[in-house]
Amino acid sequence: MFEISPAEWTAILLSLRVAVVATLVATPFGIALAWLLARHDFWGKSFLDAVVHLPLVLPPVVTGYLLLLTFGRKGLVGGFLADTLGIVFAFRWTGAALACGLMSFPLLVRPMRLSIEAIDRKLEQAAETLGAAPWKVFFTVTLPLALPGVLAGMVLGFAKAIGEFGATITFVSNIPGETQTISSAIYSLIQTPDGDAAAGRLVIVSVILALGALIAAEWFARRATARLHGN
Amino acid sequence: MLRVDIEKQLGEFTLAATFSSEGRVIGLFGASGAGKSSLVNMIAGLLRPDRGTIVIDGETVDDTAAGIHVPAWRRRIGYVFQDARLFPHLNVAQNLDYGRRMNGLPSDPAQHKRIIDLLDIGALQGRRPGKLSGGERQRVALGRALLSKPRLLLLDEPLGALDEGRKLEILPYLVRLRDEANVPMVYVSHDVAELRQLATQIVMLKEGRVTSFGGVKVLT
Repeated sequence: MFEISPAEWTAILLSLRVAVVATLVATPFGIALAWLLARHDFWGKSFLDAVVHLPLVLPPVVTGYLLLLTFGRKGLVGGFLADTLGIVFAFRWTGAALACGLMSFPLLVRPMRLSIEAIDRKLEQAAETLGAAPWKVFFTVTLPLALPGVLAGMVLGFAKAIGEFGATITFVSNIPGETQTISSAIYSLIQTPDGDAAAGRLVIVSVILALGALIAAEWFARRATARLHGN
Repeated sequence: MLRVDIEKQLGEFTLAATFSSEGRVIGLFGASGAGKSSLVNMIAGLLRPDRGTIVIDGETVDDTAAGIHVPAWRRRIGYVFQDARLFPHLNVAQNLDYGRRMNGLPSDPAQHKRIIDLLDIGALQGRRPGKLSGGERQRVALGRALLSKPRLLLLDEPLGALDEGRKLEILPYLVRLRDEANVPMVYVSHDVAELRQLATQIVMLKEGRVTSFGGVKVLT
């Protein structure tokens, strides 16, 4: 009964590829933003914070449509990227990665920000008095201490990215082998007669991936606490 | 060695301190809330004065009129905090080596050994800070500050968080440090007995002002 077909494998592997790329590309931006929000006060901070959280509250179809307008072939950014660098997002798996990265960004940033906020600033000051320039303080004290939070953010972001549906299907459609992820495959299957068994298998795979990611995130969070106490 | 002439407004509190010292150990004495820590943070470069100058070893590190403010990491000072502030993700050996690495100094096994012997911390090297006692932590913090080869060592109530027994454990190390390490120190404390043992000169601070300055006799 639990035999996964080649078509289902294609969707699973595509989902994994999309989520891995989305997470890896989003992580440096996420760390930079988390650090900015945790360690600095500046004009427009609340606004920036709100913008980061926007994908969480906006209807996903709206985010997808906005992506299509901006990054589509005729979009302002999409047209430029296609003409100059040959990077195309619309109706490609790269577009799915972009949509997933954006949708999962708030979840990715949050644990990172919390873990940076939890680091005692006095440790950073101590590093400074020992001759560490600010960027060295960041890489030798702040980032290592925040690492479990960074990993937790990556895991959560990955879990969200792998399940993303609304923005992805709006932006890059549902093309088997190119943009059909687990979610869009399930969507297609439940609209097809006799698709229930296949949909069921993909549902089980989704649940396992999501649960695994949540357990991993929890484990990293606990490691973070232990690390801050120097055990 | 150290020249300070600064003013700083901290909420309702005004700190205005002027003194100059060539002493080996300057004892900064005052009740809590007298502004001792703020003053030391300014010497370290962690806090910026509103007005005035700070000169360490002939180098002007703060001069508000000339727009000079050398950041903490370029002051070549060592700072031992009351709460040690060891890096929890590094073991003792890595903590001790941190300042040398950050300053890009060549390794100096002779000095390394001397300081580790002086402070008796050789046996702790593989441990994490979480597995050290309060007294051990403070000795490692002292070693870490000294191994960055500072030209001035700041100690902000380094015994403040320790009980009587632990204080008596650390005090001899501090006396040895004064006599053997050859680094001038600013030692902050509200404990007359501690300062009598360690300081060669006293700056007395009361409600943000220097009320007396001189030999250890001013403590009486």
